[in-house]
Amino acid sequence: MNGGSFVLNILILGVPFSVALLLAGLGETINQRAGVFNLGCEGIMAMGAFVAFLPPYFLAGTSLAGSANLIGLALAMVVGTVLGLLFALVVVTFRAPQGIAGIGLQMLGWGIAGTLFRHYVGGVTGVPGIAPMPIPVLSKIPVLGQVLFNHNPLVYIAFLLVPVFWYILFKTPWGLKVRAVGTYPRAADSLGIRVARVRYQALALGGAMAGLAGAYLSLAQAKMFADDLVAGRGFIAVALVYFGRWHPVGVMLGALLFSLAQALQLSIQVAGIDFPYEFAVMLPYVLVIVVLALVRKARMVGPTELGKPFDREQRV
Amino acid sequence: MGHEPIRSLELRGITKRFPGILACDHIDLSVGEYSVRALVGENGAGKTTLMNILMGLYQPDEGHILINGKEVRFRSPNDAFDHGIGMVHQHFMLVQNMTVVENVALGMKSAHLPFRLDLASVRKKIVEVSERHELPVNPDAMVWQLSVGEQQRVELVKTLCLGARFLILDEPTSALTPQETDELIALLSKMSGELSIVFISHKLHEVKALSDTVSILRRGRIVFEGRTENHSPSELAALMTGHEVELPRVDSTGLDRSGDRGLLSIRDLRVRGDRGNLALDGVTLEIAPGEIIGLAGVSGNGQRELAEALNGLRRPESGSINLDGVELAGSSASRIIAEGMGYIPEDRNTEGIVPSFSVRENLVLKDIGQRDWSRGGFLRLGAIAANAAGLRERFDIRCPSTDTAAGSLSGGNIQKVILARELARGPKALVAVYPTRGLDMGAEEFIHKQLLARRAEGVAILLISEELEEIMNLSDRVAVIYKGKILKVVPGRDATKRSLGLLMAGVSDE
Repeated sequence: MNGGSFVLNILILGVPFSVALLLAGLGETINQRAGVFNLGCEGIMAMGAFVAFLPPYFLAGTSLAGSANLIGLALAMVVGTVLGLLFALVVVTFRAPQGIAGIGLQMLGWGIAGTLFRHYVGGVTGVPGIAPMPIPVLSKIPVLGQVLFNHNPLVYIAFLLVPVFWYILFKTPWGLKVRAVGTYPRAADSLGIRVARVRYQALALGGAMAGLAGAYLSLAQAKMFADDLVAGRGFIAVALVYFGRWHPVGVMLGALLFSLAQALQLSIQVAGIDFPYEFAVMLPYVLVIVVLALVRKARMVGPTELGKPFDREQRV
Repeated sequence: MGHEPIRSLELRGITKRFPGILACDHIDLSVGEYSVRALVGENGAGKTTLMNILMGLYQPDEGHILINGKEVRFRSPNDAFDHGIGMVHQHFMLVQNMTVVENVALGMKSAHLPFRLDLASVRKKIVEVSERHELPVNPDAMVWQLSVGEQQRVELVKTLCLGARFLILDEPTSALTPQETDELIALLSKMSGELSIVFISHKLHEVKALSDTVSILRRGRIVFEGRTENHSPSELAALMTGHEVELPRVDSTGLDRSGDRGLLSIRDLRVRGDRGNLALDGVTLEIAPGEIIGLAGVSGNGQRELAEALNGLRRPESGSINLDGVELAGSSASRIIAEGMGYIPEDRNTEGIVPSFSVRENLVLKDIGQRDWSRGGFLRLGAIAANAAGLRERFDIRCPSTDTAAGSLSGGNIQKVILARELARGPKALVAVYPTRGLDMGAEEFIHKQLLARRAEGVAILLISEELEEIMNLSDRVAVIYKGKILKVVPGRDATKRSLGLLMAGVSDE
C-alpha cells in the first residue's frame, strides 16, 4: 500500500466515523448553550441504537421491511426526545445536579437497552442497514468524490445539519432565547422568557439528536446491535462541545479530528505497521485530552451559567 | 401596546414572604402620571422585591395591583410590558456575550418571526429611541466590551424600546462614577416630562435632585410618604434608618504623633501586580497606635496589592512590613493573622466570607483551630453558637438566625459579619478596604463608629477608600496613592476635597 492510498483510506473511513459524534454533538451544543450539559447522551445513544435496530430486525421479510430503517430512525428520535424530557424533568424542574443526573441517565439507557436486547434478541444479529447512496456526478470526482460523496444518506444529512444548527442558534428567535438562558437566565426571565420551557425544548432536541446518533451506529455504521456499541461516543460528544467552543462548526471539526485519528489507528493496525496497537487505540482519546487541555479558555464565548439550575426567587 | 396608557398605578396591601423574611408587609403605594416617585430605604428594606412584584417576576402572597382603578394580575414580565411598565434592574439584565441588538431583540416579541430573527427592525427601533432620548449606544457592540455607564444606557434604551412609559429604576447609580451619575440624573429629569418614573435609591442627594414625591420603606413597611421638596436629606435619612443619622468624625486636634514609632510600619514596599507590573513602587507608611490613616486614590493605583501584601495574600518583592516589632513581609496569611492583623477585604462576598457557610461558621473562620472553638478534632458547636449570638447582638447583624447562610444576607449585614469577626479578635492593626462601598447610610454610620471606637482603643487602622467624604471624616492623616507611590501625606484636618482630588489625579504640587 502506498502512502497516497493510506491517507485516502483514512479519509474515506474517518468521515462516516464522525457522523455519530457530530449528530450527538450538535444536540449537546444546543443543550449546553441553554445551560444544561447532558452526560446522559451516552445512554440516550444506546437506547437510540437499540430501538432503531428493532424494526429492521423484526420486520425482516414482511411487507414493511422496505420502510423498516425509516421507522427505526423515527423511533430512535422519539425515544431520544422522551429521554431528553425525562432529563429535563430531573435537572430543570427538580434542579438535581446535572453531572450526577447525567451519569444516572447514561446507566439507565445503557442498562435498559442491554437488558431488552438480551431478552428479546439474544445473540449478535446483523441487519441490512442503510445502504450507501453515491451522489450522481459528484461521487465521480477523483479523491473528493470518494471521501465526501460516496456515503449513506445520514452522512450527508449530518453535515447539512451543521449550517442548519448554526442558523437555529444565531439567526432565529429560539436560538437567541437558548443562548440567553444559558448565559444569563435572570436577564431572559426579566424579559418574560420562560427559562424552564426553553431548557425543556433544548433538551428535547438534544435528546432527539442523541437518539438519531445512536440509530446511525446500529443502522449505518455497525449494522448490528451490541451492548457496548456506543463505546463512550456519548461522552466524547460532550467533550467535543467544549472543544468546539459551543459552535456547530467547531463541533464538526472536533468530530472529524477525533474520527480521523480513529481511522488512522485502525489503518495502522490493518496495514500491519510496526507500532504497538495498544497505543494506536489510545490515540484518539489522548488526542481529545491533549486538545482540551490546550484550548485556552476563551473569554465570553460559551454559556457561563452552564450546569446551574435557575430559580427565580433565589435571592442573589 | 394593547392597553390604555397608565394614568394611575396603585399597589394595595402587597405582602411577600421569603423563607425566614417578611420582605414586603402590606405595602400601599400609588404613582401618578409624569411624575418621579423616589422609593428609598436601607438595603434589605424590600424595595427591589416590591418592584419585582410589580414587574410580574414575583407573585405577591397578598395584595392587588390596580391600573387606572382596575385590578390587574401580572403573571410574567410580559404582562407588565403589555401595560407599558419597564424596569432597569440594579444588576444589569444584559447577556454579556451578545450584542446590544440581540439583547434588545430578546425582549422585542415583534422581532420574533417564525423562522427568523428580525434584527433589522430592532436596530431601527434602537436608533430611533437613542436619538429621541439622547442616549447614544452602538447597536453592534458586544455588551462585555461596554463600560458600566454605557451598559446603563443600553438598559434604558432596551426598556424604552420595549414600550415602557412607566419606568422603574432600581438603584441606577450604584455602579456609576460621579460624572456618569450626574449625567444620568440630568437625563432622567428631562425624560420625566413624558414618562412616569419610580426611582429606587438610598442616595438621598439624588433623591432630592430628581424626585417629586418620596416613599420610605423600612423593614418591609412604608413608614413615610411626602413631597420631596418639603424634607431635608437628614430628615429623610432619619426616617429611613429609624433614628437620627450623623456620620461621626474623628477628632485629632492636639494630637501630634510625629515622634511615635509606628505600630504598623511599612517601609519601601515593592509588590508586583497580576500582570507582572510593579504595582507598589516603594511605599512607606507609619501608622501609630490609635491612628487612622486614610489612603485616598482612584482604585487601581496599587490599593489592592497593598492590602493583599499586608495580609500575606501577595508576596512582596522587597521592603518591610513590621507589626508591633515583628517582621511580616513575605509571611503566610495565617502567621500574619496570628500576629494580630485584621482585614476587611475589598470584595466581601468572595474574600470576606464563605457565602454558603452559616453566619456562625463565618464568625469563627479565622480561629477555627483554636481551643475556644475546637478540641480534639471536634468543633465545639455550643461555644460557636454562643459566640455568634453575642456578636449578632453587639454588631446588630440582622439575620433570621445565625444558622442562616451568610451569603443570603444583605451587603450591609455581610459587612457586619466580617467586621464582627475581625474586631472580636482584638487586632493590633486593621486594614479596611472600601468598607462601606454600596452600603446604605445606617450601615455606613455603624461601621464608621466601630472604626473610631477601635481607634480609641489603640488599634492602628489603614482605611483604603475612594470616598473622599469617608476619608476626610475618619482619618488622622490622609495619604494619597498614585501609580503605586505615596504622593503625599497630609493631616486630615488640612485635607480638602479639592486638594485631595488634585493629588489623586497625580498633581503633587499646585
